[in-house]
Amino acid sequence: MTYGPPDSDAAGAEAVAGLLRRRREQIAQRWADLPLFQAVFTVTREEAVEACYSVIDSLAVVAESGRVEDLDAPGFDPIQRQLSAMTASRARAGLSTSQVDREVSALRDAAWDLLDAETVELGVEDTGEARVHLVTLFGTLRVVVIEAMLQENQEIILRQRQQLLEMATPVIKLWDRLVAVPLIGMLDSARSQVVMENLLEAIVEHKATIAILDITGVPTVDSLVAQHLMKTVASARLMGAECVISGIRPAIAQTIVQLGLDLSSVTTRATLADALQWALGRDQRGELPARGHL
Amino acid sequence: MPGASSIPVLDFGGLLLVSIQGELPDDAAVSLQEDITDAVVRTGSRGVIIDISSLDMVDSFLARVLAEIAASSRLLAARTVLVGMRPAVAITLVELGLSLPGMDTARTITDAAADFGVTIADTVQEERNTT
Amino acid sequence: MSQTSAEPIRLPIRKDTDLTAVRQHVRALAQRLGFGLVQQTKLVTAASELARNTLLHGGGGVAQISLVHGERGQGLSVSFVDSGPGIPDVGLALSDGYSTAGGLGMGLSGSRRLVHDFDLRSDPGGGTEVTITCWADSLRRGFR
Repeated sequence: MTYGPPDSDAAGAEAVAGLLRRRREQIAQRWADLPLFQAVFTVTREEAVEACYSVIDSLAVVAESGRVEDLDAPGFDPIQRQLSAMTASRARAGLSTSQVDREVSALRDAAWDLLDAETVELGVEDTGEARVHLVTLFGTLRVVVIEAMLQENQEIILRQRQQLLEMATPVIKLWDRLVAVPLIGMLDSARSQVVMENLLEAIVEHKATIAILDITGVPTVDSLVAQHLMKTVASARLMGAECVISGIRPAIAQTIVQLGLDLSSVTTRATLADALQWALGRDQRGELPARGHL
Repeated sequence: MPGASSIPVLDFGGLLLVSIQGELPDDAAVSLQEDITDAVVRTGSRGVIIDISSLDMVDSFLARVLAEIAASSRLLAARTVLVGMRPAVAITLVELGLSLPGMDTARTITDAAADFGVTIADTVQEERNTT
Repeated sequence: MSQTSAEPIRLPIRKDTDLTAVRQHVRALAQRLGFGLVQQTKLVTAASELARNTLLHGGGGVAQISLVHGERGQGLSVSFVDSGPGIPDVGLALSDGYSTAGGLGMGLSGSRRLVHDFDLRSDPGGGTEVTITCWADSLRRGFR
């Protein structure tokens, strides 16, 4: 956006502020019927109109300050609080970010029309400055709202990551003193850490002497994943439990060899069934290992 | 010369049981090492069970002391089994690079005793159902 | 969130029972910051290793525990300062298995792996300062 010289700049900003103040009632009435307000304030229309007033007043404060393109301008702060709650509600209703953005940008039309009407009615000379400022002001408003939405999304992602971490690693008691963890999906560092801690806690809880780590559902094993598995095995051994890694598919076995990873200190089996048979075999012979080492 | 550690070394007829409780200052750890070696000789024990289930931390110094207890007991024909290490302690030791490969481990004192052919009737069955 | 203005805790490291005090203070503060049990244990263990280095190699010194704020949120920082002989070759001292005091040679290199940030400054003849920091990971809070 390019502006005229500073004095016409100030005049444009003032014109927008004046418009918002003079036409407060009309703008609010039109906005209250827009989906953005209507869908959020479902109880009474007055409630929606009140919300419109507060947004218009804050926009007028921004216009008066002349900082229509400054996200940190004084008036944007209350708007962000007001609108982020509303857009969050729209997002929860299933609208995409761009749909909400369209609803926010629709707010401009009411002000634009009234500016048109004033130009005609009052015979005010249209310098264009007021229009430029109005467009900029509502453009900045969109950015403010999108920023708030992105922040909200970020928080949702964090919450969901936490939930995923918690539920994606169940530890199953298979037999007396025998536990298993079926690992499913990619193992990143954070998940591996959670898997390890959950498994070790389960070993304590069930006084397990054998733990099976089944990696059938793990798509790839790189050196980092292998390292995590070996650390888990070593930790379990220190605690007095023996770990078996099962579900090593042929492709993964080849990868492990090609990467030069040494799993020789770890008991491994091709399938969960093999691992279970091995574990129960030890149990039947009365050989449930009191000592963890192989 | 017996050390001055306050940790009792219990003799169950040829099987020694040591339970380390609470904070263990370095000199107490060294004293314990002396006490255990001394007790192995005195009793002719073939096994030493060290319960560390109440320790919330094992650093490299204590790890070394434990490894040395196991090594010196082995010289005296006794096997040492480390019992009850907590998960956080185990993870930390492994991360520290100390996975104590020569050390025998067990989950419970009962397991360790069974390894020496000693049966301890315990309350595991009842406990297990309540947890 | 309210302890950010707390004064750092300074503890002398003169004898081996002082290590106990360092461990206990670090543990208590880590708990207050909501560190998970594993993270607490890692930090306390690293502090124990470094405090012992201060005592054995530095001829004694001071541990300073402070709450810090950074990009990763709230954290706990522990500095160990001595005016001992210093470390002639920091790179060598940080490698696994390097030992001068008859330990397992994992103290310095291992404790570095236990914490998020590790900063070592040493002048030969001018003492050593090691600072370790762990950040309270909001994502993992609540895990044991």
